[in-house]
This record gives sequence, C-alpha cells and structure tokens, in this order.
Amino acid sequence: MAEAVDLKAIGTRPVRPDGVEKVTGRANFGADLNLPGMLHGKILRSPHAHARIKSIDLSGALAVDGVLAAISGEDIPGGGDLGDNVLANEKVLYHGHAVAAVAATSAYIAEQALDQIQVEYEVLNPVLSIDDAIADGATLVNESQHTNGDTSQPASNIAAITKFERGDIDKGFAEAAVVAEGEFRVPTAHQGYIEPHACTATINEEGKATVWCCTQGQFDVRSMTANCLDKQVSDIRVIPSEIGGGFGGKTTIYLEPVAVKLSEISGRPVKMVMSREEVFRATGPTSATLCRVKVGAKSDGTITAATAWLAYEAGAYPGAPVGPGCMSVLAPYELENFKIEGHDVLVNKPKVAAYRAPGAPQSMHAMECAIDDLARKLEMDPIELRLKNAADEGTIAPYGPQFPAIGLRACLEAAKVHPNYTTPPAEGQGRGVAVGFWFNIGMQSSAEIRIAENGAVTIMEGSPDIGGSRASMCLMAAETLGIPYENINAHVGDTEATGYCNTTGGSRTTFATGMAVIEACEDIIAQCKERAALTWDLDVNQVDWEDGQAVPKPGVNADVKPLSLADIARSAGRTGGPLLGRASLNAQGPGASFSVNWTDVEVDRETGKVDVMAFTGVQDAGRAIHPSYVEGQMQGGAVQGLGWALNEEYIYDANGVMENAGFLDYRVPVTSDMPMIDTQIVEVPNPSHPYGVRGVGETPIVAPLAATSNAVRDALGFRINDLPLSPPRVLAAIDENE
Amino acid sequence: MGDYAYAAPATVDSTVELLSSSASSGTRTQVLAGGTDVLVQMRSIDRGPRLIVDVKQLAETNVLSIGEDEIYIGAAIPSAILNENAELKSKLPGLIESADLIGSTQIQGRASIGGNLCNSSPAGDTIPALIANSAVCHIVGADGERDVPVEDFVTGVGTNCMADHEFLLGLRVPAPKGNTGDAYLRFIPRTEMDIAVAGAGVRLTLDDSGTCTAARVGIGAVAPTALLVSEAGDALIGTQVDDDALNAAAAACSAAASPISDKRGTVEYRIKVVGVLCKRAGAIARDRAKGS
Repeated sequence: MAEAVDLKAIGTRPVRPDGVEKVTGRANFGADLNLPGMLHGKILRSPHAHARIKSIDLSGALAVDGVLAAISGEDIPGGGDLGDNVLANEKVLYHGHAVAAVAATSAYIAEQALDQIQVEYEVLNPVLSIDDAIADGATLVNESQHTNGDTSQPASNIAAITKFERGDIDKGFAEAAVVAEGEFRVPTAHQGYIEPHACTATINEEGKATVWCCTQGQFDVRSMTANCLDKQVSDIRVIPSEIGGGFGGKTTIYLEPVAVKLSEISGRPVKMVMSREEVFRATGPTSATLCRVKVGAKSDGTITAATAWLAYEAGAYPGAPVGPGCMSVLAPYELENFKIEGHDVLVNKPKVAAYRAPGAPQSMHAMECAIDDLARKLEMDPIELRLKNAADEGTIAPYGPQFPAIGLRACLEAAKVHPNYTTPPAEGQGRGVAVGFWFNIGMQSSAEIRIAENGAVTIMEGSPDIGGSRASMCLMAAETLGIPYENINAHVGDTEATGYCNTTGGSRTTFATGMAVIEACEDIIAQCKERAALTWDLDVNQVDWEDGQAVPKPGVNADVKPLSLADIARSAGRTGGPLLGRASLNAQGPGASFSVNWTDVEVDRETGKVDVMAFTGVQDAGRAIHPSYVEGQMQGGAVQGLGWALNEEYIYDANGVMENAGFLDYRVPVTSDMPMIDTQIVEVPNPSHPYGVRGVGETPIVAPLAATSNAVRDALGFRINDLPLSPPRVLAAIDENE
Repeated sequence: MGDYAYAAPATVDSTVELLSSSASSGTRTQVLAGGTDVLVQMRSIDRGPRLIVDVKQLAETNVLSIGEDEIYIGAAIPSAILNENAELKSKLPGLIESADLIGSTQIQGRASIGGNLCNSSPAGDTIPALIANSAVCHIVGADGERDVPVEDFVTGVGTNCMADHEFLLGLRVPAPKGNTGDAYLRFIPRTEMDIAVAGAGVRLTLDDSGTCTAARVGIGAVAPTALLVSEAGDALIGTQVDDDALNAAAAACSAAASPISDKRGTVEYRIKVVGVLCKRAGAIARDRAKGS
C-alpha cells in the first residue's frame, strides 16, 4: 500500500494520450479500415422469432453478379451456442437471428443478393416473456434444455437456478415490526453504444487470418472466432480498433467468424458493418427481469430478514446475468437471515450480453425500492436506515466472501451531510435515494514498458480503452517511475503485439492492468538500478531510485551525478541492451465499489412526464487515479441508469418483432433531458492494489433506477413498481390512483 | 444505397416537364427540397433506385414575402432562415416554433416547412400549426397552378393530393390582424430530437374586450392525418378563452382523435394528451393575442 506516499501524478487531471486523435477525427474505429480488393459482407436475418429451418438455398445469391461468397450455419462448424448465434443451424430463435451471409463487391449488391436466398421455415410459437416461459406447458425455446443440466427432470425454459441462503427466514420475519415487499419488472435495455459492430477480416493461403474490429477484448475475439471456425487461436490475429462505446456489449462476437469464412471462400478481405437496426435486433442487450422481494425490520430499523426471487430473461441461449443479480441484491446490508433465488430463463429474444454491472441494476432496483418503502413505514431517513444496516469491513457478503475495507459507510456519511441532501427538494418535487454496488473483478493482464533512447516511455498493454484507461496507465507509470506524465504513452496491442490480457470488463482494467503496469515499471526501476551500479562500479544494493533517477544510497561514498531514465536509456547499449520491463499477473482482490445516489424529480400530472431536476452520486473509488475520468464514469453511468428508468425499453409486437429498433423510438436521454450530474468521490483505498484502486465503471449505473423510482414515489404519493417510468405508464397510474 | 439519378432543373416549367416525363415513363421519382427526410429514407428505409428532382434552387420555392393580407413561405426555405426572420416570428410565432421543433440546428439548415408537409407524416409538427393558421398549399403541375387548404392536402399516412407531375411551390398564410395569436405544442417523452406523440396548434383572434372572434385548432399524431378540429375552435369563439372554454376545446380535440396504440403511446394516452396540449396551446395563443 502506497497510501502514505506523497502522490505526484495520481490524482491529477492531465489530457488523455488518445485525445487529439479522437477530437480531430483521426482515430480509426471499427468501420474505418479499407483494404484493396475488399468485399462487403451482409447478413440475412430471420423474419420469425421462433422457427425451424427446413432448408436454405444459397444458389440464387451466388448467381448475382458481384457476389463472391455465400454461407449459412453449416459453414460455422463450432462454437456451441455462440456459433449457433453467429449463424443459426436447426432453428432460428429470435427475430433478427442471423441465417446466412453473402460477400459482394458492394454493400448494395450484397443486400440485394440476400433477397435471392431461399429459406424454408416451419414457424413455431414464440416464447416472449418470463411468465410465458415458466408457465406449465410452455413452448420450449430449446427442447434439450434442462434446468441446471438435470436430465432426470423434464426439459424447461429455466436454464439454471442459483441460490444463496443464510440463517432462518421465518424467524427473521417473525422478529420484524414492519415488512415491505413487491413485484418489480425492469424491461430489456440496450447499451446504446454509438459505434455499431464492425470488422474486416482477411485470411491467407496458409489459413492464417487477421481480423480488425472494435471490441472490448481482442483475445476473446481470437478464441471465440477460433472456436466457431474450429481453428487454433494461433491461426488468428486480432487487431482492436478504437472503440466507440461498449459498456459490456462488445465482449462477445457476432460478425468476425462470418467475415473470416467469407474471406476464406472468396480469397478477398471482407468488411462487415452492422446497421443500427441490426445492432438492436441481433446483438445482446441486457435482461428484462421480474423480481419479487421482501424485507423486514425491527422498529429501530434493524433489518431482520430479506428474500429475493429473481427471474432474468437470457434471450435465446442460457446466460442471463442473474448470478451477479443475486450477488448484488443484498450486498449493501449486514443481515443474518436471507434467501436469494435466481432463474436464468430462455425466451425468443436476442441472446443477452453484458451491460455495465450486468444484472445488478435490475435486482437492486427491486430491493432498493422495498428498502425505501421500509424507511417510509419506519418513518426513518432513507440514508439513516441504510447506515443502520450497512455492510462494512468484516461483513460476510451474501454471496460468500468477507468484505475487506469497503466504502459504503463512508459514502452514506458523505451523502448525509452533502448540501444537495441537506437542502430539501424544491416545492412539488420528489426525492429518491438508493445504494449501488458492484463487486468488480481482477483476472489476467500483461504489460510491457519500453524505454526509448531519449528516455520516453511506451506502455504496451492489452486492455482496449473504453473509459480513459490509457491515461490512467500513464499516470500510474509516472507515479511509479517518478517521471512526468508527458514522457509516457500507452498503447493497446493486438494479440500478436502484447501478452495475454482478459477483456476490458468487470471494471478490471485500471485495477488489474494497472497493477501489471506498476509491476513492469518496478521491473524497469530494478534494471535501471543495475545499469547505474554497473556504470558507477557499485553494488546494486548501493543504488536507489528517486524522482525518476538513479542515485547512490545515502551513506554510499560515490562521487557521481544521478542518472536519469534518459541517461540510462542513452547508454543502454553499453550496459546490457535496451531497457524493457514486463509483468504478467492474475490480479486478486479487486475490491467492491459502493455508491449512494439521490435524485429530485418533477412529474407533469397531465402528461405523466417525469423530469429529472437534480442528481447526485457519491461513490467509493478506492483511489481516483484520474479524477475527471472517475467523475465521467459516475456521470455516464448515472445517465444510462436514468435513461433506463425513464424511457428505455424494447417494445415487441405479439410475434416477437421489436418495434423500436432505432434511436428515435428506443429513447436514450438527450443532453437537454439531464440535469448536471453532481459527483463526489470517496476514497477508501483497496488494500489489494499498490495505490488503492477500485474499479469504478459499473457501480454508477446501478442505483439510478431505484433512486428515480423512489423519487417518483415521493412526488406522486404512491409507487409505480415497473420500469420504465414512461409518460404513458405514469399517466395511467395517476389516473388509476385519482 | 442503390444507384440513383439526380436532376436540378433551372425553372418551374422544366421541373414540371421532368416530373411529367418521368411519371409517364414509370421512373420512380422523388422531389427533394431540404432532403432531410428523403436522405434518411434512401439510406435506411428503401434503398431502391430512383430519380431525385431537386427543387430547392428554384427562385419560386424560395420566395418569402410578408404582405398586408398574406404571408407567402416558399416550399424550400430552410427553417433556419425562417427562425432568424424577426418579423415573421413576431407574426406567426406558433408556426415558426413548430418548424423549430423539427431536427437539430444542423438539420434546420436544410429542413423546410414545405418538405415537412409533403412528407405527409401523421406526426409532422408543422401541419397542425399550418392548419390552425388556415394555410393554403400553392401547387404547380402540368395542368397549371392550384391552391389546396392544408387540411385537405394530406390524404393518408405518407400520401397527399399531389399528382406525379405536381410539386409544392409555397404556402399562403393569412396575415394575422388585430389581436391574433398562434401557438403549437407537441408532446415528446424527451426534450428534443424526437417525434410527436401528439400535437396541437391553435390560432385565435380576440376583440378589444378579450372575447374570441375567430379560432382554429389543428391536431397531429392522433389520426392518419393531421386534423382540423372545428368543434374545438367553435368552443373558443365567443368566450374569454378561460379555463372552461379551453377545457371544452380540449374535450373536442380528444373526441376528434382516432389514434392507434404503438411504440410511442397508447390510444388512451394520446386521446388525453392531445386535449392537454390544445388547452395549453390555446392559453399561449390567447396570451399572445393579448400581447402579453
């Protein structure tokens, strides 16, 4: 722990190294690569939400002038569910499911050729909601799916059930003086990244492929593409472009194996770019959910028991983030008696993908609404009630581990005295409070530090930068090496240029890749001390590293001038060759990040429109490496959460066709919808990180859902359980209550 | 996008000639003013080939005149130009505000009231405001010129009364006289960059005692076309445009609405909200007529 050290670089707010390229438009994103002779690939998508494919005839497309390749599911031999999602095999499982693909000399020709592909379907009943999916006698999305793989039981749309239990629920509720409970629905929401999925692939005569794409994880694209195509990871090189937003949605693949296969058949590079409509219809949003929660407390506010029954739509294949939903739902509270049960439910909708704190916003929306109701029944301030029951260092989290130092209590204390909280909401407005949580992850990272002849530092690492992480890497390197930030640049390497690195996700990058960068810097320092010792004819133990230069240790009798990084680099050829530091690790102890949010809203009782008038987020960052980017994460997450609370939802017709597959009718907030999102960073250092870092990117989206619901509850005088709080829903509720 | 041909004839006559010949040869043809709807359609809705006939360079589609009796707005004049015309804005604030609701500042550099009308969407924001203002479409074609009231122009979702050889030259709006005010309000779930769930435009005239002597109400996004709601206007005439009168006009709008439930709102929601908008727009128009 470097907590006591005077920090020079960490905590400052310099310009990001990738900034100029981005604001001038020079940066290359997924769709920006063009190669000589390149073809354009397009995908034919299912017009049905659920159907058996009886036959596919590609000959009509292949006969179109300008078409050089056409493929269907049988051309993607591997990958299991992932491969079946990339191109369907026996059944199409959602409207928009990819069925076939063509590559042609222009995008328009490719599109026209899709119309010439003949697909014969046997249309099946679609399963379109959790209620439908878990009903007795429900149509099965997958006839061979058994709950938790238990084939002794009949096939089911419930792919898995997860449970966490402790204590005695009945005893706990018997001790409760007040109980709050409810059933809450949260709709499907998309990450809404601005940049659609895009890739360009080429493969040579030896079967070696190169893929350029926008992704959060080039190494996962490599392994997933290799699996789908029954290739070795070493057959595929993946070069990540800059990324125009991911939020978890770019942690999987859709196009890459198709582009490689089309390239293999045509002998040409193939570029594929999704339209916005394809992004909505066929990429993974997050789960729609149904959550039933109950919580009881003594009259002094001590929570005695809680239960949560959660059901999450997985889409067409297993894998809803219901596990994290279960882990999060009661994480902020110290309690003895609880039961949490989560269900991973198949429906005929796109396979869900990660979205910022996957699964936590939905379950915590339900529980934080119930906690708010509990506070009302107890006539307690909602922050006081949470302080009374807050998890702290030593608390055994509901999902098992014992929390080390965590910042929930510090956040609640900071919120309680914050002027935005001590000032009551304006006349006619309602205020809502909620707590957010994300456990964060560590995992594998590698980093290399290269020193140029002039002492300039290049960091080579493998985490695609979705939130300013290159700036954070440079700051941690500047701090560790003791040199100016401006002397350092950070690069995200492709799969052949840098060591293995897990995907950017789970808020792991600044924590885990940052740790690798720090260790690689320490490796450089060790080497520099050796070079200086050699130069000065001293023992390495007689050399220190201070303020970016090698100096003799105090008391060492040596009449020498300090050697800077540049001095050592300049003469590196004479002292053992180029300076190259490296580190690889599997980072442990990521450190959970808690938050407290509150928002003030105004409701137009004649139109049902909810206006967000004020919003404040307080969050534990452990240590804010670049405070502006921490605040940016807090603000961005808040806006995504508010959008989900207010208007975002997938709207389906009775046949399972999404009706709002575009940004006009899938309503993310526009800037003028939002107040300034006020932020306060709390720093309770993570004991597992050299500088105390906790991941900060995901927690901010968690609490805004319930905070908004609770604020609308406060404004209206009654609760609306389901999201979004769109004008038609709110007006209907007002009419019903008057 | 598929292959397409583009022509920008220099005169009204040659434009009509091109439209006529391409209609008779069966060529798919689309008239373009600002192009802010056409380009989106070409890129994302229907990418098939077509002939684009650009009319924004004609002098006749760019006439803007503010006369004693009539205000003439050329069909291709961008909203940005209208927005910056202080005299126009003071005479027809509601109509200009309706144009200002469409698209971003950048889009308004090209988007026009004429284009919004010819696109003939049920949710076109300028259409209820034009109806409230008794605007008339000035159309030219192979058979010469003709005038059609805006409420009779749009015939269905995306369709209008113009023949293949015709196009819109401009709009004639009666100049407001005496104590006259107009207003347009729409409801969207966001604050901007959205499409109307319901809309209502009101223009009314008061005498010196504050009694309403003339009133027209147009509503949008609650039927296949924007509608003139005569009953709503009648409910205001002869009153002081007080809450009772506004509520009566609102009820008339709700009664006239025949919306659908879709991704933007339910039937019940739209019926209720179109009334709320009429009431609120009526109050603004009244205050404007009073000069406050």
